[in-house]
Amino acid sequence: MQFMLLFSRQGKLRLQKWYVPLSDKERKKISRDLVQTILARKPKMCSFLEWRDLKIVYKRYASLYFCCAVEDQDNELITLEIIHRYVELLDKYFGSVCELDIIFNFEKAYFILDEFLLGGEAQETSKKNVLKAIEQADLLQEVSSFAVDRFSAH
Amino acid sequence: MPAVSKGDGMRGLAVFISDIRNCKSKEAEIKRINKELANIRSKFKGDKALDGYSKKKYVCKLLFIFLLGHDIDFGHMEAVNLLSSNKYTEKQIGYLFISVLVNSNSELIRLINNAIKNDLSSRNPTFMCLALHCIANVGSREMAEAFASEIPRILVAGDTMDSVKQSAALCLLRLYKTSPDLVLMGEWTSRVVHLLNDQHMGVVTAAISLITCLSQKNPDEFKTCVSLAVSRLSRIVSSASTDLQDYTYYFVPAPWLSCKLLRLLQCYPPPEDGAVKGRLVECLETILNKAQEPPKSKKVQHSNAKNAILFEAISLIIHYDSEPNLLVRACNQLGQFLQHRETNLRYLALESMCTLASSEFSHEAVKTHIETVINALKTERDVSVRQRAADLLYAMCDRSNAKQIVAEMLSYLETADYSIREEMVLKVAILAEKYAVDYSWYVDTILNLIRIAGDYVSEEVWYRVIQIVINRDDVQGYAAKTVFEALQAPACHENMVKVGGYILGEFGNLIAGDPRSSPLVQFNLLHSKFHLCSVPTRALLLSAYIKFINLFPETKATIQEVLRCDSQIRNSDVELQQRAVEYLKLSSIASTDVLATVLEEMPPFPERESSILAKLKKKKGPGAVSVTELEDSKREGGELNGGGDRGPDTSAMSASNAVSRHSVTSNLSYVFQSTPSPSADLLGIRSSAPAGTAPASAGNLLVDVFSEAGPAAPSAAVNDDGFLRFVCKNNGVLFENQLLQIGIKSEYRQNLGRMYLFYGNKTSVQFASFTTSVSCPGELQSHILSLNVQTKQVEPLVEGGAQIQQVLNIECLTDFSDAPLLNIKFRYGGALQNLTLKLPVTINKFFQPTEMSSHDFFQRWKQLSQPQQEAQKIFKANHSMDTEVLKAKLLGLGTALLDNVDPNPENYVCAGVIQTKGQQVGCLLRLEPNAQAQMYRLTLRCSKDSVSRRLCELLAEQF
Repeated sequence: MQFMLLFSRQGKLRLQKWYVPLSDKERKKISRDLVQTILARKPKMCSFLEWRDLKIVYKRYASLYFCCAVEDQDNELITLEIIHRYVELLDKYFGSVCELDIIFNFEKAYFILDEFLLGGEAQETSKKNVLKAIEQADLLQEVSSFAVDRFSAH
Repeated sequence: MPAVSKGDGMRGLAVFISDIRNCKSKEAEIKRINKELANIRSKFKGDKALDGYSKKKYVCKLLFIFLLGHDIDFGHMEAVNLLSSNKYTEKQIGYLFISVLVNSNSELIRLINNAIKNDLSSRNPTFMCLALHCIANVGSREMAEAFASEIPRILVAGDTMDSVKQSAALCLLRLYKTSPDLVLMGEWTSRVVHLLNDQHMGVVTAAISLITCLSQKNPDEFKTCVSLAVSRLSRIVSSASTDLQDYTYYFVPAPWLSCKLLRLLQCYPPPEDGAVKGRLVECLETILNKAQEPPKSKKVQHSNAKNAILFEAISLIIHYDSEPNLLVRACNQLGQFLQHRETNLRYLALESMCTLASSEFSHEAVKTHIETVINALKTERDVSVRQRAADLLYAMCDRSNAKQIVAEMLSYLETADYSIREEMVLKVAILAEKYAVDYSWYVDTILNLIRIAGDYVSEEVWYRVIQIVINRDDVQGYAAKTVFEALQAPACHENMVKVGGYILGEFGNLIAGDPRSSPLVQFNLLHSKFHLCSVPTRALLLSAYIKFINLFPETKATIQEVLRCDSQIRNSDVELQQRAVEYLKLSSIASTDVLATVLEEMPPFPERESSILAKLKKKKGPGAVSVTELEDSKREGGELNGGGDRGPDTSAMSASNAVSRHSVTSNLSYVFQSTPSPSADLLGIRSSAPAGTAPASAGNLLVDVFSEAGPAAPSAAVNDDGFLRFVCKNNGVLFENQLLQIGIKSEYRQNLGRMYLFYGNKTSVQFASFTTSVSCPGELQSHILSLNVQTKQVEPLVEGGAQIQQVLNIECLTDFSDAPLLNIKFRYGGALQNLTLKLPVTINKFFQPTEMSSHDFFQRWKQLSQPQQEAQKIFKANHSMDTEVLKAKLLGLGTALLDNVDPNPENYVCAGVIQTKGQQVGCLLRLEPNAQAQMYRLTLRCSKDSVSRRLCELLAEQF
């Protein structure tokens, strides 16, 4: 996978993950182009399109569009399910996720994505294992904030 | 999961995000952001040291601002400080900031790398993973330099946690993609491959992406992965939907891993080991069978995951292209999807069928779906699906259905989306040319194309129709009549005017007998379009007019009148003015004879590859035109293929070119020396530069053909042909394509040989960076044929039309089977050409003939009676069985042909000794023709068994 973008129906970018080196300018241009192209498509259309020399796979969940750019030889359907699994992970973590969760906890959305995909490839496809890793991290953070509190109380 | 610790209490951040969301305008947002930036800056610069929490909060705010699309030029140092915090969340935010806002400041990079190094060696798996994620996200060269050697160790170490292994594998993959030279697998290779056997499915899933990428680049080193992948796949495919627990996705066992395994196998040819192959074929059959089973769930996720595996399996089947049964089953499966209610599946089925259409085993099966595909082209609501349908129609087109498909594509063009029109036009033009059985159909099709989609008809297309008309005299009259009719439409496309002007200028006489299309009518018709046309078209029309003066003297006065009028002779465009002046002068001073010579009908264009094919290919990138298609066009091109790459305008219509082509007397030619004006290029005198580019793209096609020179690729076979022709002869043409011809002369004495190679540049353009090299593959390298390539490297420039020579000195050290390879690289018009040929150095070249009596022969024959010393083959005759031809070949082989030895006079026996540096190998040969059955039996007995086998192989192809 070359990159993943999340954007709203209004065209606001909510998350962007780039797995190939591109300049800031190029990233902005690509995002703009793609957001426009995809928002212009009608609901029942196919989830795949050719775009430059890449294949774009996208799907809309409520107010958010999830869009991945994969290479010519990559499998479109399995990419569609990558998107779905990511949505499931977010949903499970936030408890019925909505766009606001991702806006206010954007860093978490990135952390979950990093546990799931790394360098553009699936790192761990088991929902349980990904959530376990995130849970552990949250636990660590609670323990350490607890430690801080205790420390400052002394 | 507790609906937790979301945002872990960074209240300031939440407030800031709310503020931004509440901004009513862009200006308000920018104002709020600037305020925040100022605040953060002052905090960072302040005297009071910030605690970790505040630092984290501010860094996180900066990150948010950056992700909104604003520039951030500070905060990096604070983020780096967070990396060395021992609080997980602070570290985590620090890493996130670094990953998103990569900075090339070298001091920072040093600090970041230090922090990463500490975390990697911390033995705390969570910290290690964070560090690895950061490397994978940044993936810079500096990081590769610092960590590429460390990560493989982490990946394969026995005590590494599974989660760390997963991160390490993909981290390494990212570094390999950015800096392949720094990632050296070497000693780790086999342990990495064995990760495919890991018990943890997550580890396998991550590792396989790395292994696939490495296999693509170094297939040989990783080839043991094939059998491991097959057995892993087989275990998954045969497992029940619950066996794999959390790796089962909507009742489909491990879909991601399955797809990746199937993808990995596509890096290799079919497994050679029968058992492995059998197991794989079984897997593929199971996957195809499962597609027919009722779904285990109604959820789209279930069917997507299942079909993802199915499509990947079909890709593998197509990649192997060797199992007709599976190919046809795949095609039937895709056929079902063509009418599926899911748009996604229809799209993918059309796409995948496109590749199936090029396999000889499934081409016919694909064709049976033509009606469905045509229907898709007409009724699909999504343009991207229609595009796939058009691609598939193009791919499934052959002689039997060309007229139907072209007609459908033409009618689709009337309403086609603008985005795909140009490509459609090219495709129609190519199909019309490739499968034209009668030229009137071809001409009609192209003129229709111009009528329907004139704006999208590129120059190549209309050049091509003219080239073909010029080269085929049986279609010229029809073409003249048809363009004449087409021009009568009140609004006709400028491209139609160009074609019309050109064709009537050349062949208007063929329809001039009909009073409805008398010369004057023709001229008036053309001239009625003149004023609406652009400068290049007008220039072309002026040339048509001067041609008319020659064809029809009765139009001379009218045309001269036109040329003489101010709007021509004083035209502000220098090219038009010059043409008007020159043509007027030519028509008034030159005698009819001179006119007739100068304005003679255009000579046929040289036969070349279709330029529109090259254009399509360039447009679509490699892969758009398959190799078979290219070969098709070469084979079938002969019928219609009239063309040059440069288009007719290059040389044709401008009289000045006519002059140079026909070398009319020099005192006339000065009149026509066109001044180089910008528009001249468009019309007449497209000189070296554009002429160079078009053939260059044709050259690209060739490169692609040869770059496939893998063992199974068709080009390798082609080269073999050349190779095998030289077994019984020493001189001739080894290779020839449109650019290059390679001739060979060779002589051998004892175990030494000398080969002269002649490289001829067939084009008129220089080859640059011309280099050749000879390599000895496999066994040759180690123990044999020391090809003393004492060649001086050839000159790097080969001028157009020139020939250069190279000498190779060869010494045979011991017997051998492989042939040395000759690699030739050069640049032609900017495109790198690369081809590899087998040099025809075969073991029989080192034969010394040996005369002997019948008695001696049979005595030796008996001595060489161990089974492995004999090699025998019975084969069908491929060439004439004429005695003299056979004798010539056997003598060419280098042996002595012995008369009166075999009791049966029909048979041939030969004897010789192969001279190598180390030893001499005696060889006896017997060839028994059976004229009735058109068969031969060939028997060889040699003192060395490998020589018997090799000679037998070589010779069996010769008769």
